[in-house]
Amino acid sequence: MSANTLSIRNLRIEYQAKRGAVQAVRGIDLDVRRSEALALIGESGSGKTTIGLGIVRLLVSTAKISGGEMTFRRYGAQSSLEKEVDVLKLSPAELRAFRWKDCAMVFQAALNAFNPVLKIKHQFGDTARAHGYLQGDALRRRAYELFDMVRLDPERVWNAYPHELSGGMRQRVLIALALLLTPPMLILDEPTTALDILTQRNIMDVLKDLRDKLRFSLIFISHDLSLAAELADRVATVYAGRIVEIGNVYDTFQNPQHPYTIGLMSAVPTLTTHRDQVTSIPGSPPDLIDLPGGCKFHPRCPLAIEKCKREEPDLVPTNGPEHLAACWRWQEAKQALGPTLKQEL
Amino acid sequence: MTPPLIELKHLTRRFQIKRNVFITAVNDVSLVMEAGEVMCLVGESGCGKTTTGKMIAGLLKPSEGQILYNGQDITRLKGAAWEQYRLGVQMVHQDPYASLNPSRTIYDIIAAPLRHHHITSGERATRAAVVELLESVDLTPAADLLDKFPHQLSGGQRQRVSVARALTVSPKFIIADEAVSMVDVSIRISLLNTLLKLKEKNGLAVLFITHDLALAKYFAWEGRVGVMYLGKLVEVAPARQLIESPQHPYTRVLLSAIPEADPERTRHKQRIELRSMDIPSLLRLPSGCAFHPRCPFYLGERCERITPPLEARPNGSLVACHLQGER
Repeated sequence: MSANTLSIRNLRIEYQAKRGAVQAVRGIDLDVRRSEALALIGESGSGKTTIGLGIVRLLVSTAKISGGEMTFRRYGAQSSLEKEVDVLKLSPAELRAFRWKDCAMVFQAALNAFNPVLKIKHQFGDTARAHGYLQGDALRRRAYELFDMVRLDPERVWNAYPHELSGGMRQRVLIALALLLTPPMLILDEPTTALDILTQRNIMDVLKDLRDKLRFSLIFISHDLSLAAELADRVATVYAGRIVEIGNVYDTFQNPQHPYTIGLMSAVPTLTTHRDQVTSIPGSPPDLIDLPGGCKFHPRCPLAIEKCKREEPDLVPTNGPEHLAACWRWQEAKQALGPTLKQEL
Repeated sequence: MTPPLIELKHLTRRFQIKRNVFITAVNDVSLVMEAGEVMCLVGESGCGKTTTGKMIAGLLKPSEGQILYNGQDITRLKGAAWEQYRLGVQMVHQDPYASLNPSRTIYDIIAAPLRHHHITSGERATRAAVVELLESVDLTPAADLLDKFPHQLSGGQRQRVSVARALTVSPKFIIADEAVSMVDVSIRISLLNTLLKLKEKNGLAVLFITHDLALAKYFAWEGRVGVMYLGKLVEVAPARQLIESPQHPYTRVLLSAIPEADPERTRHKQRIELRSMDIPSLLRLPSGCAFHPRCPFYLGERCERITPPLEARPNGSLVACHLQGER
């Protein structure tokens, strides 16, 4: 029995560039469980947004899905599996239905996601019409219900143009719009980036509320570790187009196994860390056109040995069957790199 | 007694946005910074932190108030004294993709101010100075970068070039406006460390403008942090003291809202709720204390009528609030 909403196997995505193929996603396996919140964390250019866009098949024309499988599962009222959808084989019409109805995505940069000359009510109308959903007063009632859930004043928002709303309000309208057709899966790309601290807090609280009420699966893409700590059930670390570590959120933060995850956690100062515990990762992320051999992190990894330069490791279970890491030396990593981590003043 | 390096006296800046409509971006800010000091200015977007930085750098004129550089009002400086101030205070901008001329090589970008101000004479000396500057911001080997264009560099490298350019004129004071927000998280810290190293080596004072309080604590470990809200400085304190025992209600709300990179702690963190989520418009600033409509510790009429001055508390923090002591 599988309780996964989405299963991705060996997905590969490339972008065509003048210099060659940008290998943005290089063979990832990922299961998104029902009702879980999965965080994809990583630096810019690690391929995390490409994974999200690949799931809803909204990649730019220069991108190509060069391999892999993606299975989405629809469940019925009694949690019975209704239908399996092969996302990579959908026809254009089926794809249009799949997006939003099965899986909705909220993009980064909330202002650009709206048509600037349409009022919010018309943006909702557009979406509803395209999917043969409610219209008129019924649609308005449904939207008001969603606005309440995302803590917006429905009267004010319904008749507003996008530019009349603040960044945080726009982000919440987009979340409401994404949930219009009650999709079982939602993808959020950097949902709180570029928002102020208090607005970020509000979005996080809204998302927690929504998950409690609606029980959808959530994939959120972020470079912000603390957001993952706050919202996720599981965390996947993405580096150079691959998932290098995945595990339960508590376990990942307490016992990170991959040197990159460990490095990332000690590179980000928090309010409680002592200055001396913060260390940056040497070097910079690799060029995705001209990748190093072996493990893609080896040029920056303090534990790299000959084997790391030659062979790329796969994800293997580490301190538990659910906590996987792709590192030849994960057994030594925490011992060698971890002691400064998470110590109080 | 030598005067402080920079002193802001009741600094105010208004912007005209329509014919008879003005907004006050910076409102009566007073602050003293000594030579070699590190300070962070934090606050949300629109609080006036960048405007304050730009005024100190001489890129914007204050509407009211004074900026003193080595005790002298910068608006009265002329000739050599004016030049000395302009060279002494340099700014590193937020966006390294926009602040470097895309059609110039890294060598040209760094060499231009050296030549213009006659800091070096002759190509050989200029070249040596450029290499030395690039190496001082940890861009090594510098020789590999000289003939490259900005687009061939990563964000972090560009920002280092931007810092090296600011250093060409041997400034006393650097204003870094969100200098790492566009840089990858894994290399932010090394860039900040470079700035701290330069501060130690050259005795630079640094004003680092950021919205990230954790970063502010890291950077200003030995220095101070100032918190701004709607154009006002509401709290100034040594960095660790500000984070560990914040005094102003706004600072306390901010700190309680920030998520932590530890699921256990962040999910059980004590939160202070605001009275209102609405951020007041700069067009209609609330009377009295600008924070009163949202303040969780609102005291009543006094907060609505009287603007609290920035005053010293027993622990040494400067706080602008009517509320005294813990609550």
